[in-house]
Amino acid sequence: MAQRYVMSIDQGTTSTRCILFDQRGRLHSLVQKEHQQHYPKPGWVEHDAVEIWRNLERLLPQCLRDASIAADQVVALGIANQRETVVLWDRHTGVPIGHAIVWQDTRTDELVEDLAARPFAATVHERTGLPLATYFSAPRIKWLLDRLPGVRERAERGDVVVGTMESWLIWNLTGGPDGGVHVTDVTNASRTLLMNLHTLAWDDELLSFFDIPRRMLPEIRSSTETYGRTTRVVPGIRIGAALGDQHAALFGQTCFAPGEAKCTYGTGSFLLMNTGATPAHSTHGLLTTVGYKIGEEPAVYALEGSIAITGSLVQWFRDGLGLITSAPEIETLARTVDDNGGCYIVPAFSGLFAPYWRSEARGVIAGLTSYITKGHLARAVLEASGWQTREVVDAMNADSGLELSTLKVDGGMTADNLLMGFIADVLNVPVVRPMVVETVSLGAAYAAGLAVGYWPDLEGLRRNWHRAAQWSPSMDPDRRTSEYANWRRAVELTFGWMRPHEPHEMGGVVVAPPAR
Amino acid sequence: MSNERYGRRVPGPVQSIERAAAILRLLARGSGRLGVGEIASSLELAKGTAHGILRTLQRVGFVEQDRATGKYQLGAALLHLGTSYLDVNELRSRAINWADALAARSGEAVRIGAPLEGSVLVVHHVFRPDDSLQTLDVGSLLPLHASALGKVLLAYDVELVGVLQRGELTAFTRRTIVAPKVLARALTEVRDHGWAADVEEYAPGQASIAAPIRGYGGLVVGAIGVSGGVERLCDGRGEPASALVGYVRDAARAVSRDLGASRW
Repeated sequence: MAQRYVMSIDQGTTSTRCILFDQRGRLHSLVQKEHQQHYPKPGWVEHDAVEIWRNLERLLPQCLRDASIAADQVVALGIANQRETVVLWDRHTGVPIGHAIVWQDTRTDELVEDLAARPFAATVHERTGLPLATYFSAPRIKWLLDRLPGVRERAERGDVVVGTMESWLIWNLTGGPDGGVHVTDVTNASRTLLMNLHTLAWDDELLSFFDIPRRMLPEIRSSTETYGRTTRVVPGIRIGAALGDQHAALFGQTCFAPGEAKCTYGTGSFLLMNTGATPAHSTHGLLTTVGYKIGEEPAVYALEGSIAITGSLVQWFRDGLGLITSAPEIETLARTVDDNGGCYIVPAFSGLFAPYWRSEARGVIAGLTSYITKGHLARAVLEASGWQTREVVDAMNADSGLELSTLKVDGGMTADNLLMGFIADVLNVPVVRPMVVETVSLGAAYAAGLAVGYWPDLEGLRRNWHRAAQWSPSMDPDRRTSEYANWRRAVELTFGWMRPHEPHEMGGVVVAPPAR
Repeated sequence: MSNERYGRRVPGPVQSIERAAAILRLLARGSGRLGVGEIASSLELAKGTAHGILRTLQRVGFVEQDRATGKYQLGAALLHLGTSYLDVNELRSRAINWADALAARSGEAVRIGAPLEGSVLVVHHVFRPDDSLQTLDVGSLLPLHASALGKVLLAYDVELVGVLQRGELTAFTRRTIVAPKVLARALTEVRDHGWAADVEEYAPGQASIAAPIRGYGGLVVGAIGVSGGVERLCDGRGEPASALVGYVRDAARAVSRDLGASRW
């Protein structure tokens, strides 16, 4: 019998990728295509949903062609997607109502401030696990319904529908106007501010708070189950899974047990910890979210901590200061010295995120003396990513009552040995990099393969996970304690820098999302 | 001196190289930041011609373009002309995906090496994918003459061979090559075949296979290879298994292509 594969689609912020994996979880074929970013006004970020769909129409057959594989050799298709981005479209024609509004878009800042002042606002966090912020989908949907003439009426009649990117793609793949299935998965729904985290259903009070008609919303389904078969592009492939990209990475890193966590190090970083069958309420500024839901099994919850500035601090060191010519050189420069020389950089470029949430904070370089060289600064840049990870992990341990025992890492910065070693040192747990770096795509493939029995169970997936590298902690405990104390003192120096009424890009509860 | 001294015409000066040199001299003067129009008019070149040369110089790192103004200046690669090797952390970062793929396909541990003071510096290490206990040995040193990585580096670097031959070649096992003449022959073979192996030359029972990583213009900037037990890496006759050699060479070519070596 011909070899069989699972296909995954990663509909990301800058590109869409289509990858085939074999039964051992090895990458067999990869194609990708970027799409245009639209910035019509300051703070606005949009994508053309039609362009994204057209890209997928080309990528899917191309991926099969490149690998010389027939459609019937693909046992299932899984989708991972940029989260919180929304698009409205006409159910009868398949034509989107304007562009999709992207997760980075902050046009709803005033709307969110206004909503935050209402009495029900306090209930939002408790029901959804999320703070009321521009980052999530519901304010964007409300903004569109409030401003586009006639759209609210069409939505109420069921003529205009809404979805995050996986909804849009599944609807189109299963026929579009001609019988397309309008669904979303629990992880994506958990980022809208409209889903009750406990019942995993759209919440009527939240819907009326945001004034969004229920008829326009997709049906909430598990992360792994057969939503339907493709009828277009390459017909007949079972669509077996959908997850938000960071949730897919958690799945791809096989963080299936409570306490297991992964961190994806990119321009910003996303740390998610599996907290098991009950949502862990955060009192330390973390997000409570659905990790994944397999078929009929109960949902598995996760805590999420986002670090706004990690890789982008290295980019600033390269482009803003010009002290290095490429990002990896930061390690070369940092290794010219033995330690940070007493210098700490806190990159609160647009305030501090988890666990502080101080929008008025601004960055500092603390401990400057004439002894400090660019090598020390390079160390301080890398160490900033380490200490920020430590603060999020501390918050997670406190909120979940679990103790992180190993951190699984992925993303571009895992190529930096000095940083990975430092993270192991400051967390005092081993840091492990898996062999497949494409954890987002792999997670979507795993979930889809699981839905159709290509992989028998989670243990089968665990066996596919292989360690490519491991960094073990070796820092003297006293030094760890004193360095952490120094870092925290440096963090305190950033507080209160922006004065009220001074013009700056962050107002009230509205914060800029981390880049990824 | 006549161009026809050896009875065969030596080609005359290459115009585009002369022009490129003129552009570099121009950029080395004064403020050192010029737009393509300014460069073209100074040298009386068509703007398209100047642009083409600048693009090529930018590709090899000899000029850089300022993102904000679009003006050109001398690139960092010119300052480091004496050290032809790539920054080792840059090399790791560019090779990491291909090194993972090589480990997954071969089932063996992967290392990437670059020369450092008469040894091979291990700049990247991917564990053998069997989840057994292994320790990251990035930063450790291997002998040039007794490892596949080292032999690849020696084969394409005359200078490095010179450094090595000033000292004594240490014997690690009975099979270590210690005679300079034998080593020279082995390096010729490496160049002929495009890959190198060590079979129990560094440690009994251990073998390694490696191939060159090339940058712009084909310059060898490092080596990538697999290592492990002789029984897994070699066939029945004690020769490196051809399938593994193929995987190693594929990975080396893939990294080289990523680094801009177009022909390999």
